[in-house]
Amino acid sequence: MTTEVPPKVLVTKIGFDGHDRGSRVVAAHLRDAGMEVIYTPPWQEIPAVVKLALEEDVDVIGISSLATDHLIVPKLMDALRAAGLGEVAVIVGGIVPDADEAMLLKSGVARVFHPGAALEEIAQYIRDVTPKVRASRATA
Amino acid sequence: MNKPLESPRLAEAGSRERWETESAAQIGDDRPVVNRSGIPIAPLYTPCDWDGSGYDEALGYPGQPPYTRGIYATMHRGRTWTQRQLIGLGTPADYNARLLDLIAHGSTAVSLIPCNSVFRGYDMDEVHEELLGTCGTVVNSAEHMGRALEGIDLARTSCAMNDPSPFTLLAFLLAAAKRRGVPWSAISGTSNQSDCLSHYVANHMFFRIALPGARRVLVDHIDFCNRQVPKWNPLSVVGQHMQQAGATPAEAMAFTLSSAIQYAQDCLARGMDPDAFLPRFTFFFDVSISFFEEIAKFRAGRRIWARVARERLGARDPRSWRFKFHGQTSGVDLTRQQPLNNVARVAVQAMAGIFGGLQSLHTDAYDEALSTPTDGAARVAVATQNILREEAHLTDVIDPLGGSYYVETLTDRMETEILRIMKLVEDAGGMYRAVESGLVQRMVGESARRFQAKVESGEQTVVGVNRYQVEEPAGVREPLAKPDPAVMRAHLESFKAWKAARSPAAVVRALDVLAAAAQDRTANVFEQVVAAAEAGCTHGEICGRLRRELGFGHVQAIV
Repeated sequence: MTTEVPPKVLVTKIGFDGHDRGSRVVAAHLRDAGMEVIYTPPWQEIPAVVKLALEEDVDVIGISSLATDHLIVPKLMDALRAAGLGEVAVIVGGIVPDADEAMLLKSGVARVFHPGAALEEIAQYIRDVTPKVRASRATA
Repeated sequence: MNKPLESPRLAEAGSRERWETESAAQIGDDRPVVNRSGIPIAPLYTPCDWDGSGYDEALGYPGQPPYTRGIYATMHRGRTWTQRQLIGLGTPADYNARLLDLIAHGSTAVSLIPCNSVFRGYDMDEVHEELLGTCGTVVNSAEHMGRALEGIDLARTSCAMNDPSPFTLLAFLLAAAKRRGVPWSAISGTSNQSDCLSHYVANHMFFRIALPGARRVLVDHIDFCNRQVPKWNPLSVVGQHMQQAGATPAEAMAFTLSSAIQYAQDCLARGMDPDAFLPRFTFFFDVSISFFEEIAKFRAGRRIWARVARERLGARDPRSWRFKFHGQTSGVDLTRQQPLNNVARVAVQAMAGIFGGLQSLHTDAYDEALSTPTDGAARVAVATQNILREEAHLTDVIDPLGGSYYVETLTDRMETEILRIMKLVEDAGGMYRAVESGLVQRMVGESARRFQAKVESGEQTVVGVNRYQVEEPAGVREPLAKPDPAVMRAHLESFKAWKAARSPAAVVRALDVLAAAAQDRTANVFEQVVAAAEAGCTHGEICGRLRRELGFGHVQAIV
């Protein structure tokens, strides 16, 4: 399924860790796949991510986590909802243990991608989820 | 009557041509093989590629320039590498228990990975509590360091700390040593992560200080350690981050050597004697599963450094020419799928490091693509080293692959490629300029993408990921090691109480002296970091003050 306006994706990292190989490779792939990508360096504060998502009107937020920074993603989810951005699809990619994945999905994360995920699998997921995000935003 | 036996002549004239014809006919669709550094690999190497004629100049003997065969005369036959597992989790007390356990199982040295909040320059009461101690030990003060190293004989145990600028962990160690009555002259170990350039390239550790300030504090640190802690290695130049971030093995070696040259030039500009500081330079590299390429990378790097140290940096003492390095098996090569396969990967990587002639080794735990390593997996990693050393006898012969037509040819080719990239950096104005302009980060990013494309196209097999996949039941893995939130909370509360009970005047005074040193180009900032640690200042207080005085290190967004 294709959308007329390409998906707009924010690729970022929150928390303490700076390993950004994953976020850079994913961001570059999504850009080359025709999406509009907003990329930030690591170590973003949660309010800064919310502000950027709001200002840029993104469809999807991709959070990369190599260390344990995924543990504060539920805080990001709360902050997004509080800012009226509850419909934005948040995906997490990186080293996420099984038990933590369940915790993330429960907090509202749309999908978790683990090491070994193909770039095209991530891109296709974003293409698929974007119309749903836009539809729920239109009715919100 | 029998004819006398004649030894048959095995190789006939034209045998090479015949092999070429036969192999070309049989190999079929032989695609060109290229290693990770982009060097084409032939199916066979013979004396036509390397005939040993330049042996003395290109190889020599172990312990002699150009050290291609190793930096010491006896290498692993005489003294095996230091088994140094990087560990860090939870509170200082948690860390201490794990450290003593690893030592009981064969580890011979201390390493300390602090919590990522420490890398960011903060104390535990300034950050998200959920993350505390999940990736490293929360060490914020000299008290914490003393607890973490309880039961360790500081005068006899080498300590390596992941301790980026402004090197507060070493300052805490020195303060703790003084309290125990251990003289600083007896303290040995390494400031890992002191290489600020590699942090800017790979972002693995956050630089708390802007690059010009970090550059100066590093030289202060080297100068202080050379004078006051003579057995300490104040600088570990790190290729590991860059290779993990995507640099090819040749790029990682080239960038690392280029950084080392700049650091040495800064020390020379300060008027320091090369033979005073170069013997304490160390290196830290990633060891990937590209087996022969890694071995060639290390042999080539050793040879280049010997030449650079002598000819370019003016060192006369052979100890200054020796390329001492720690190796860590590559986490990027490990997979989440079928995690036990990683035991095999780590063994191959470790062998490459050993044949490459390393001085100390960390083997990754097989579950590192799943989580912070569990205890059981960490023990397997230690056992892997013991097996390679004592069961497989990899240490019996020095540089056992030396003289292999392939390994020698590849060492030469890697050397040429490393020198080519070093020239590129040189032409860009040296490593500081090349990082400030983003050149190095872009090259690393491109290499990361090229490698990923090879994995996705199937050109590079990753077992269990793009070939030989198996269905795995989810949720059967060992429970993870996670710090107990109640224990961490108690650690946090006692830290806050301790902080509040200190003499505020002493803390303020020490921080003011530190700030004044930062503004005075003739002062040594690190000396005041140590004084502040002794006066009871915390990590966050020291970093916070220096961040204000020397500027904050921002990072460029480069995709």
